[in-house]
Amino acid sequence: MVKAVKTPAAQIVTGNRLRDGAVIYLAVDRAWSTDIDSAEVARDPAAAERLMAIANQAAVDRVVVAPYLIEVAAEGDRIQPLGTRERIRASGPSIAGPHRLSA
Amino acid sequence: MYRYDSYDQKILDQRVEQFRDQVRRRIAGELTEEEFRPLRLRNGLYLQLHAYMLRIAVPYGTLSADQMRGLAHVARRYDKGFGHFTTRTNMQFHWIKLEDVPDALADLAKVQLHGIQTSGNSVRNITADHWAGIAPDEIEDPRIWCEIVRQWTTLHPEFSWLPRKFKIAIGGSPHDRAALRIHDLAFQMRRNDAGEAGFEVMVGGGLGRTPILAKTIREFLPKRHLFSYIEAVLRVYNQLGRRDNMWKARIKILVHELGTEKFRELVEAEWEQIKGGALEVPESEVARIAAQFTPPPYDADAPTFTPEFDALRLNDVGFARWLKTNVAGHKQPGHAIVTVSLKPEGGTPGDITAEQMDAVAELAERYSFGEIRLTHTQNVVLPHVRRADLPALWRALSPLGLAVPNIGLATDIIACPGLDYCSLANARSIPIAQQITRRFNDLARVHDIGELKIKISGCINACGHHHVGHIGILGVDKNGEEFYQITLGGSEDENARLGTILGAALPAGKVVDAVETIVETFLALRRDGERFLDTYRRIGIAPFKERIYATA
Repeated sequence: MVKAVKTPAAQIVTGNRLRDGAVIYLAVDRAWSTDIDSAEVARDPAAAERLMAIANQAAVDRVVVAPYLIEVAAEGDRIQPLGTRERIRASGPSIAGPHRLSA
Repeated sequence: MYRYDSYDQKILDQRVEQFRDQVRRRIAGELTEEEFRPLRLRNGLYLQLHAYMLRIAVPYGTLSADQMRGLAHVARRYDKGFGHFTTRTNMQFHWIKLEDVPDALADLAKVQLHGIQTSGNSVRNITADHWAGIAPDEIEDPRIWCEIVRQWTTLHPEFSWLPRKFKIAIGGSPHDRAALRIHDLAFQMRRNDAGEAGFEVMVGGGLGRTPILAKTIREFLPKRHLFSYIEAVLRVYNQLGRRDNMWKARIKILVHELGTEKFRELVEAEWEQIKGGALEVPESEVARIAAQFTPPPYDADAPTFTPEFDALRLNDVGFARWLKTNVAGHKQPGHAIVTVSLKPEGGTPGDITAEQMDAVAELAERYSFGEIRLTHTQNVVLPHVRRADLPALWRALSPLGLAVPNIGLATDIIACPGLDYCSLANARSIPIAQQITRRFNDLARVHDIGELKIKISGCINACGHHHVGHIGILGVDKNGEEFYQITLGGSEDENARLGTILGAALPAGKVVDAVETIVETFLALRRDGERFLDTYRRIGIAPFKERIYATA
């Protein structure tokens, strides 16, 4: 039997945009996006450290407030945060759309 | 209602301009986030999960129609068309942009509203009983004293750097409708043997991780000593309160660690040195402010019943139910107190749209002398309605979704914003409230169950007051999953009690069933005339525990 290979746990950087508080994610080329799927994924500690260095500079540059790393599942083009809090940050309050509970 | 004079307005306008410059400097990089954060918090501006959140104070829960319209304007122009009323009778906007806040505050300043001291380690919004000035059992309108203390504690230089936040509440009746005993400092009006009105002073109440009910440290304080006594309490707190540990910094911890008697001695000793001096409240000031809280020009001939009222009550179950739960007796004959329910089926407790705000403002002008109140249970009150106008008011409220006849019942739920909005939360609270209102959507059933106060918090900070709910629900994080701990038998009035934990926390999917089982257990065991709390106090927690945690 061939075992399915799971995508390893990965990390991205998120924070709130200074001017309007919107949830943003660090994408490639030091850009920030509200779309989690465009976040740059770090798959090892060194990459994560590099992303945080970029993010911390962006905080100094008044783009983002208090950036931090979060664990995600990155499969193909889709990035899914692990944990209810980050899922809610990514998709907005759970009550805005059809009512559903935590998975 | 208190009307700002030119001094008040100037303070507000200057504060807006000061903050406008602070925002400019933050965006330009002249202030770091560390420098800016305490400044924005002092204007009630938080950074939450999805956006900034702006908390606007509604002093002692009293609003004019114009102020309600001002809130509607901000909701419409700077937010997503709605606002949220909190358990401290403040308004929260959950989608504010930092760059818009100065303009929003400038617009609010035009109607004498602001976010000053709605956050930070200062004296917060002073709350009162939502039936202040209109309740039949009232000794004296506590809002006069709330306003006096508000003016004195706003931007007070000695008390702007307390160890932690400080919440004061003042009640005017023997019946506590302001949850006094869960406040840092509370005053309940009393009459002494000579018939004079004064205050019972209670200190050290609070919920959160260490819930404690306030202790009485003085049975009777003459009114004129209010400032000096508050000053004595705050000075002892300021000096001895713990600044080393944020989780032990509230005054309740100080009172608990010193012991009530020792704490009282320290306060009384401090008070001895300062009472009767410059801090004695001047009679002229009391009179000036009291003059702004005189009753409106009631119709002295207002009838208790009219043919239209009688007919509607007899023929319309909906109106009859609404009268029973949402309409209360007024001290002025021929008048009533109307609670506007912000708890529709499937709704978010305390949320109100800009359209609803404008509608309530208009109805207040037409039926309530332009005055509105907020309750700490996240509803709105029209305080001066003629009974003859009740049919028309009910007909106006119903299509707006504001006339659900559920005040004090199972679906009149208190819930904090929870993990859907709040960066402090561990679990969501709003979906639980929504599920309960859907499960209990049969009005006949809800009326049969009777008084049942369900309160939901999304974390241990207990902004949803779950500790003092008849049924309290606390969201917790268990290995990344949302679980809920249920407590029973809490109450927040003059017989305040903290709830007792029912058992192990339940997963989200089991909470509503558990609430229904608790209700069914109550219904099976209640005796005639008993409310949920009465039955619970009679039979204890065991029957409920057995039914919820019985294994099949």
